[in-house]
Amino acid sequence: MSIGQTFLGLLEASPRHGYELKRVYDERFGQARPLHYGQVYSTLARLLKSGLVSVDGVEPGAGPERKRYAITAAGVTDVQRWLTRPEKPDVYLQNTLYTKVVLGLLTGRDAADILDVQRAEHLRLMRTLTRRKADGDLADQLICDFALFHLEADLRWLELTAARLDQLAATLPAGTPAGPTAPHGDPAASQNHPTAAQSHPTATHDDPTAPHSVPTRREVTA
Amino acid sequence: MNTEEQPLLAAVELHKAYGATPALAGASLAIRAGEVVAVMGPSGSGKSTLLHCLAGIVPPDAGTVRYRDRELSAMSDAERSALRRSEFGFVFQFGQLVPELTCLENVALPLRLSGIRRREAERRAADWLARLEVGDVAGKRPGEVSGGQGQRVAVARALVTAPRVVFADEPTGALDSLAGEQVMRLLTAAAREAGAAVMLVTHEPRVAAYADREVVVRDGRTRETVLADR
Repeated sequence: MSIGQTFLGLLEASPRHGYELKRVYDERFGQARPLHYGQVYSTLARLLKSGLVSVDGVEPGAGPERKRYAITAAGVTDVQRWLTRPEKPDVYLQNTLYTKVVLGLLTGRDAADILDVQRAEHLRLMRTLTRRKADGDLADQLICDFALFHLEADLRWLELTAARLDQLAATLPAGTPAGPTAPHGDPAASQNHPTAAQSHPTATHDDPTAPHSVPTRREVTA
Repeated sequence: MNTEEQPLLAAVELHKAYGATPALAGASLAIRAGEVVAVMGPSGSGKSTLLHCLAGIVPPDAGTVRYRDRELSAMSDAERSALRRSEFGFVFQFGQLVPELTCLENVALPLRLSGIRRREAERRAADWLARLEVGDVAGKRPGEVSGGQGQRVAVARALVTAPRVVFADEPTGALDSLAGEQVMRLLTAAAREAGAAVMLVTHEPRVAAYADREVVVRDGRTRETVLADR
């Protein structure tokens, strides 16, 4: 999962200090693997260098951890691109998807859309596998079935999550919009988002997406 | 497939309520000739009601359903029945075969109702049973065959009249994985070969994966997500 883009999503919800980012991240997304402070500050340094965040203020008597960070317009563009781009269907994808849904809710985006885009991507792969089964021998069919059943399990999770978006929104801080009907404000209109909106390539790749899960014949014969 | 092609069957902004319970709240769907469309969604989302409206079985409270250049609501009941018999085929989850008739007679039944002589109707029925890989159950009654075989007989019966649209509502809902897969493989292959469009209602992603595209119904409204090509 991309720590950088998760930070950007949290900063879009509101500007925060580094230690506060770590606390919120660990609480919501990092129960199994809390972040090290080193990761927090190296990620923030990268985001700063790439122009995706800016220092919003430094509090009196502060060390480096007392800097408050805010997302820039380029950062909003970057997080928007990440949230709306489907992940490659893969087993154990739920951490990234869960994070995207929570950030979607926190930032007033349509979380149901995030799930729909992912469902469409999963089904696209399932169609490919189904066609491959039709043309293949028994070994191909069994290999594809393995992937199909796992993808189906993901889809059941997506469906259940879609049905629980209101419940999930209720667990987030008061004022969090409840997804589908929530407006997503113009980032440039906020004082935290400079008006010089510009497209910016994704600067953080903390967690490259795992290899595509389409099995190959070689996996069987190897 | 040419996406600009005029739809064969199109529903626009359908609304339907059963008493105070809304089933459709602005659902739209267009099906082009020869394509297989999966309609997905949780239980109670309105997907079966959408199928019934498109097939002219249930009239919507508001909105239009158009087949080719004709609006279904403008037809008389007799015209709609004739349309269903000649242009549409149906496969449901279960309970669609007449238990007193043999499988062959069940498949021949729609042809007999259209006035085709018994010998010719049963010849075509036997051909379809063979294509659906159940030629060996022709002389058996539905109660004497497995669930998967029964569904393949039902698919044969849906296709025997050479329909332009096949409506399949949870066609594998009562089957195990293997039998369900056989039904879907044969249903979609036979429909594609015959050039028939299929509206496939299902809540199972593995079944929906046999379609060309999927539409989701949620709270009575349709949502379609089109991904960019890679």
